[in-house]
Formats: sequence, C-alpha cells, structure tokens
Amino acid sequence: MHRSSVPLFWRLKESKYRMVGTKCGTCSSLYFPPRNFCPKCRRDGKIEPFRFSGNGEIASYTIIRTAPSGFEKQTPYAVAIIKLEEGPSITGQVVGDINAVEIGKLVRPVFRRMYEDGDCGLINYGIKFELVDKNQK
Amino acid sequence: MTKVAVIGAAYTKFDEHWEKSLRDLSTEAGVKAIHDAGIEGRDIKALFIGNMSAGKFIGQEHLAPLTADNVGLTPIPATRVEAACASGALAFLHAYLAIKSGRYDVVVAAGAEKMTDIKGSDAISTLMGAGDQEWESATGLTFTGLYALIARAHMHRFGTTREQMAMVSVNNHKNGSLNPNAQFPREITIEDVLNSPMIADPLTLLDCSPITDGAAAVVLASEDVARRTRNPIWVLGSAQASDTLALHHRQSFTEILATKIAAKKAYEQAGLRPADVNIAEVHDCFSINEILAVEDLGFCEKGQGGRFVEEGSIALGGRKPVNTAGGLKSIGHPVGATGIRQIVDITKQLRGEYGQLQVNGAGTGLALNIGGSGATAVVNILSKNPKETFRTF
Amino acid sequence: MVDADDVDIGGNGRVGIVGYGAYVPRFRITVDEIARIWGNDPVSIRNGLGITEKSVPDIDEDTVTISVEAGRNALLRAGIDPKSIGAIYVGSESHPYAVKPSGTIVAEALGIGPELTCADLEFACKAGTAGMQICFSHVKAGQIKYGMAIGADTSQGRPGDALEYSAAAGGAAFIIGKDPLATIDATCSFTTDTSDFWRREGQDYPSHGARFTGKPAYFKHVISATRMMLDKTGLQPTDFKYAILHMPNGKFPSRAAKMMGFTKEQMEPGLVVKKIGNCYSGSSPLGLTAALDVAKPGDRLLLTSYGSGAGADSFVMTVTDKIGQRRNKANKTEHYIKNKQNIDYGTYVKLRGKLKVM
Repeated sequence: MHRSSVPLFWRLKESKYRMVGTKCGTCSSLYFPPRNFCPKCRRDGKIEPFRFSGNGEIASYTIIRTAPSGFEKQTPYAVAIIKLEEGPSITGQVVGDINAVEIGKLVRPVFRRMYEDGDCGLINYGIKFELVDKNQK
Repeated sequence: MTKVAVIGAAYTKFDEHWEKSLRDLSTEAGVKAIHDAGIEGRDIKALFIGNMSAGKFIGQEHLAPLTADNVGLTPIPATRVEAACASGALAFLHAYLAIKSGRYDVVVAAGAEKMTDIKGSDAISTLMGAGDQEWESATGLTFTGLYALIARAHMHRFGTTREQMAMVSVNNHKNGSLNPNAQFPREITIEDVLNSPMIADPLTLLDCSPITDGAAAVVLASEDVARRTRNPIWVLGSAQASDTLALHHRQSFTEILATKIAAKKAYEQAGLRPADVNIAEVHDCFSINEILAVEDLGFCEKGQGGRFVEEGSIALGGRKPVNTAGGLKSIGHPVGATGIRQIVDITKQLRGEYGQLQVNGAGTGLALNIGGSGATAVVNILSKNPKETFRTF
Repeated sequence: MVDADDVDIGGNGRVGIVGYGAYVPRFRITVDEIARIWGNDPVSIRNGLGITEKSVPDIDEDTVTISVEAGRNALLRAGIDPKSIGAIYVGSESHPYAVKPSGTIVAEALGIGPELTCADLEFACKAGTAGMQICFSHVKAGQIKYGMAIGADTSQGRPGDALEYSAAAGGAAFIIGKDPLATIDATCSFTTDTSDFWRREGQDYPSHGARFTGKPAYFKHVISATRMMLDKTGLQPTDFKYAILHMPNGKFPSRAAKMMGFTKEQMEPGLVVKKIGNCYSGSSPLGLTAALDVAKPGDRLLLTSYGSGAGADSFVMTVTDKIGQRRNKANKTEHYIKNKQNIDYGTYVKLRGKLKVM
C-alpha cells in the first residue's frame, strides 16, 4: 500500500537518485540514509546535506530466489551490504552476474528501475550497484 | 517489590489453520492458560498481547480489546505490544513489570499471529516490515535475505559451514517430532536441509522457520497468589535492549549486540551466569540465528557457535539443551506468539511435565526472543527456585 | 551558413558539443539465436542485415536509466556544474510513460534544475538529434548556457518479425554550449509525411511497410538532407574525416554512403550497428560518440540521422583541440560495446516482457 504512495517516494527522491545523505557539522559524522538529528551531538548537532559517491565495497551479500511482492520478475538477484568509501554502510542490489558477487569486491553506483507499482502506478527509480571492472572509469 | 511467577501456560497447535481465525486462536490459548493456572477469569487484572502485524495480515488493528472481549475479560486494561518477532516476549516483560510495580497481582501475557489469510509474496513483504522499510525492504531484500547476509558474514569470518547450520534444523526437528503441537513434527536429515530449495543464499527452505498461525498465553502472578498454586515457575530476570533497525547500520554483522546487552542485564537481575542456565529457548527464525544465540548468550565463545552445535551440545541429552520442544523451525513461527510459546515450553520443562521431551533436572531456563534482524532482543530467565541457583551442569 | 575555410579549431565562442556520453546495456542476443527459434537461416540474415548481435536491456533498465548513464558520462567529459544546464530533451520512442516526461527524472537524477526547460521528444529514430538542434538554437539565441540532448531507446521488435533481429537498446547524451570539443557548424533537416514505420498508441509492437522503408523513406530523406547540408555549406564528401548515418541495419548506411560518395573508411568508426543492433533514437547518436572517441582536432564530421514518419537531421561538426583533454574522462563507446554477456531467447523474452501472462 505504502509503495503506491506518491508523496512518500517523492520525499526520498534526492537520496534515492543521487545518494544525498547528511553530515553533522559539529562532529563531522556522515549519515546515509540521511538523518535529521545527530545521535552523537544531539541538540548541539549541525545537520547539512552531503552527497556520497556511491563507490564502496561488499561487506556481505545474498542471492534472493524467493521474492517479495513486486520483485518476483527479478529473481534471482543479489542484495548486498555495501560499505561506502565515505564510511556508512547501506543495503543495495548488485546487478550483473550474481555468481561474481563476493565479499570484498568493489562496486560503483548505477541508475536503475527499483520498483513498479503495477501497470498503472508510478515507477520508482534509484541506485543499484555494479561490480567495478578495473578497465572502466 | 514482589517476586513474579508463571502459574499457567499453554499454546494452540501451530499450523496453517484454514478453519481458525486469529480470534479463535487467541481465545483458545487464553482459555487453556487460565485453566492451567487453576484460576478464574475474573481473577485476571490486565492483559498484554504480542502481535506483529494483524493490520497487514488480516486488516485488524486494536487487537487487545478484541482479545479481552473474546475471552470475556473486559473491562480490564488490555494492551497490544509490538516489537516484530519479539512481540511475545515483550508482552511478557510488560506483564512482569506490571506485577512488579504492585499495581496488579494476576496478568495474562499472550501472543498470536494469523499469517495465512494472504498470499505468500504478500506475507513475505509484510514480514519485511520488521526491517527498514525505506532502505532495506525497498531493495527487494526479504527477511530470509537479512539473515542470509548475517550467515554469509559469519561463514566468511568464522568458517561456519552450511552443514553446521543444517544441524540446528536437524536438532530442532528431532525435538519437535515429539511435540504434538508442532506444525512440522517430523525428523529431517542434514542432506534434506542442504538439498532443499535455496531461498536466499546460503539459506535453504529447511534453514527457515515457516509461516504459521497460532497463539500462546501465560498467566503471571505476584508471589502471594503464586504460592497458593500447584507449581509456580519464578521469573528471575526479564530484560530488553534495542539496536539500529537496519542491519547495515550495526557495528557487527556476526553478532546480535541487543542479545548480549539484554542477556547481561537478565543474568545480573537473576544473579546468574551463562553456565547456570540448564535449558534455553532461542530464536531460530533461521538456523544461523541459533548459532549466533549460543555465542551471544555466552554459552560458547564468539565464532564457535557452529562447532558448539556440531559437538551435540544443544541436543536434548547434551550439556546445553536448546529448543527442547522443536523451536521456531519445527513448531512454527506465528510471529507474535513465539515469545510466549518459548515461555510455555520453558515452564513445562521446569515443572518436570514434559514427558518424552523432558530434560531431567532442568532447574533454570532462558528464553531469547529477537525482533527483526536484531533491533530488539528480550531475554527472560525462569527458575523452579525463587532464589538464585548456582548449580551448573 | 558557415564558410568551409573559416574553421577555428579552438572553438572558443563557437557553439557545439561540450561533453558527450554513451551507454549500451550489457546483454546481447545473436542473430543466430533468434533465427534458431524462428527457423530462419542465420547466415543469410547476418549477411542481409549486416548485424551479428543486438543489445538487450536488463529487466530494470529503460530509456530513463540509459539516459541517466549516458548523461552522467557527458557531464564527466564536459566538467560543468549540472545546475548550469538550462534545457533537457530526451528523444525516444520507448519513453516509460505515455504521459509524464522522462526528462524530469533524468534531470533530477543528474542534479539538473529546477531552472530548466524540458519536454520529451518523439520522432522515431531521430528524436535525439532533434533535441540537439533545439539545444543548439537555445544556446545560440543566448537563452541558456548549456543544453542536454539525449537520444535513447529500448525498442521492441515483434517476435518473428524481421525487425526483431535489429531492435536494440542504447543511448547517447550531448551537452551543447560554448567552448565545445566539437563545433556544430551547421544543421538542417529534410522532413515529409512518409509512413514507412509507425506504432499506434497502446500497441506493444510497431508496424512497417517492409520494402517501402528503403528507397522512398530512409534513402530519400538521408540523402536529401545530406545533399542539402553539403549545398548549404559548399562542402564535398571528401572534406569530411568521418560520416555517421542512422543505422537501421548494417547495410542501409553503407549503401547510402556509397551513393553519396562517402568511403568505407569514413563510415567505419560510426558503424556501431554491427555489434549492438539498431538503438533507434540512440543509433546515430551512438555512432557520433564512437566517432568522437577517435577523432582528432580539426577533423570534420558529417552526421545525418533518420526518423521514420519521416525526416532526417544533418549536421556538420568540427572537432576542436579540447577533445584530447575531455575524451578520456568517461567510458568510451567501445567499452560498452565490448562489455557484454550473451543470453538465450528464453532469457530475452523474460527480460523484454514479451510473454503477455507475465
């Protein structure tokens, strides 16, 4: 139900499309997904936007073979916890050859369709990841 | 402050109950527990019911008064408690606190979940409400996927094997085969587990607890009331801890920190150490989680959980019997009910009433109930003896 | 128009392509594999079409995602602040929405806007180059500093139809502005109402006029536009280093080139169709990026696109001395052509959603 929400996805656009998170100006902690409140500095925190590169390293992964609603056509697909080069970790799909996914491999961001709300609803776009090929930029 | 004891305990058969609704199941468990306690309905002063997602599974919110109504307990205060898969144990913790505070002398803590009225992929999506909706579920990650990420990290860091994880399922099914209330009361082999369909690598179908309907209930009482009953089982410790909701924000993917923190507090309250625990009910939503549990509860060193299982330590006849009645894997996992079901099984063991499943001389039991991928952990320690016991096995 | 001798390869103050980017999805299906399913002779198809395999988008790719990847590469080469882009036009015949622009999604994904004009374009395979003309005009008129024009498609061929062998996916993006790596010296178009290939609203697959798509359609418009361009500029085919024509298959562009007096050497770098098929609105744009990947300062390029319905846009461009420092900042066209994984027909059908029960 919430996946059909127009405003919910629209609010998340900047972080979903461009990996914009936040930074606390007081303690320099970086947050992705964005936090509006620094848990370390609390009311002394100074939150400002910070854009992550999307480059990172695979910390763990799995291959999803039984999918939740809306993802059935994509199986099998790889989902990984990625430690971004700036520090925070996030969860994301890794596209490409699922057999090539391994802990420690480097990834870069790619722009893909994340979810489709049926035939009539909106298409949610966002960032997935692909394994870095040493020849590419 | 008064001591608190469990004086009544029961659960329904766990199964795909096409003919029974959530109301049917919670009423059945509630009435059985009240009869087991040897008290009257009017003796009950409050109700706490754990339930994860009746809103999504059957479109029903406001479950607590509905339950009180169905069991004929209105107008007592009735509260629904939610902490994903830890809802049951958390309901127990609140019932315990309610009696400890002196406000009530008899409180029912129940748990119930009806999961099979919606289609499978919708149930899987609903369960992912236990994770971070915007940043984990949105990537197509399932609940099995979350624990698969933990399993993969544990295998990578400590060399834990798929065979060792399979042994957890084998052990729990062996125990569950003797439990008439289990959803899958039959033994399985390691080959069965390894060869069953892969759900989220490396977890196969038989590494995963099933989708189940069921309900469980316990009656807690103050010391005054409990001492007048047949076989009270005393609550020595009841503690809870939280951690980041999203797995990717945790400090470590190979332990559940909330378990360690809650367990430490519960052991302190009870004046006990891990070695003093004779039996444990742990949260085997996936086989890997039983390996994490024996480590995080201090039954063995971090990283040695796989070996601990392989050595047979967790078997009914082993040095630390775990999930003696079948665990989530064999009994089933109606999400909100599990935490209470664990307490029921500990209670029956400590009463010495568990027939073929009985662990001889079990005096102290621990129940670990976890929400999501470890954002909530609740540890309850119960004993035959209201005083601490330092006897170790 | 432009005086052919007055070529300023510094390009300063002149308007042209400031940055360019290509993107082709990873998967490929061979002509042989498609022929196997339909019982056609693969050798005669390969020879007849001049195509060995075509690109296939992944299940989570579409015109918007392709445009974003190509646009990102163009921004890397241009080295400009995305907020200085004042217009974006995505030209495609496979926009994900019938109503809701691809351009706004691409813009936000690239950090462009909100001081921005945008509209989606459709003119079969020449919607991308139409966007280039519009951006060129905006910049020359002083309305905007930079404009981004993208041609991208994930076109569908009807299973069993001849076009199934060639309908592919890919796209290219061009940032138009001053201080270019290639000036746009002149552009013109030849447009008539000619129904060689079309798709009605709501239909999954296009229809076409078979042999009618040749002489009265592709050849007439491509040749007329190119000849018009040469007339206006006073240039000859021999004045060009490279020529890029729209590539519905590997044969039409070569034949048209020969008819107009362009050589195989001039056509070679731009002829990407052989290995990736016809990327529709991305076709000649990808030929252009491939040519820019190898061109040297002072090289003159001829680009003529073609869109069924029908029209052809022709351009004369001159590569400047900025090409060297910018070209290597992003992946080249060849990188995407080479970075491939072959799939079978069943996987292709699944990825392209051709089974109506899915």
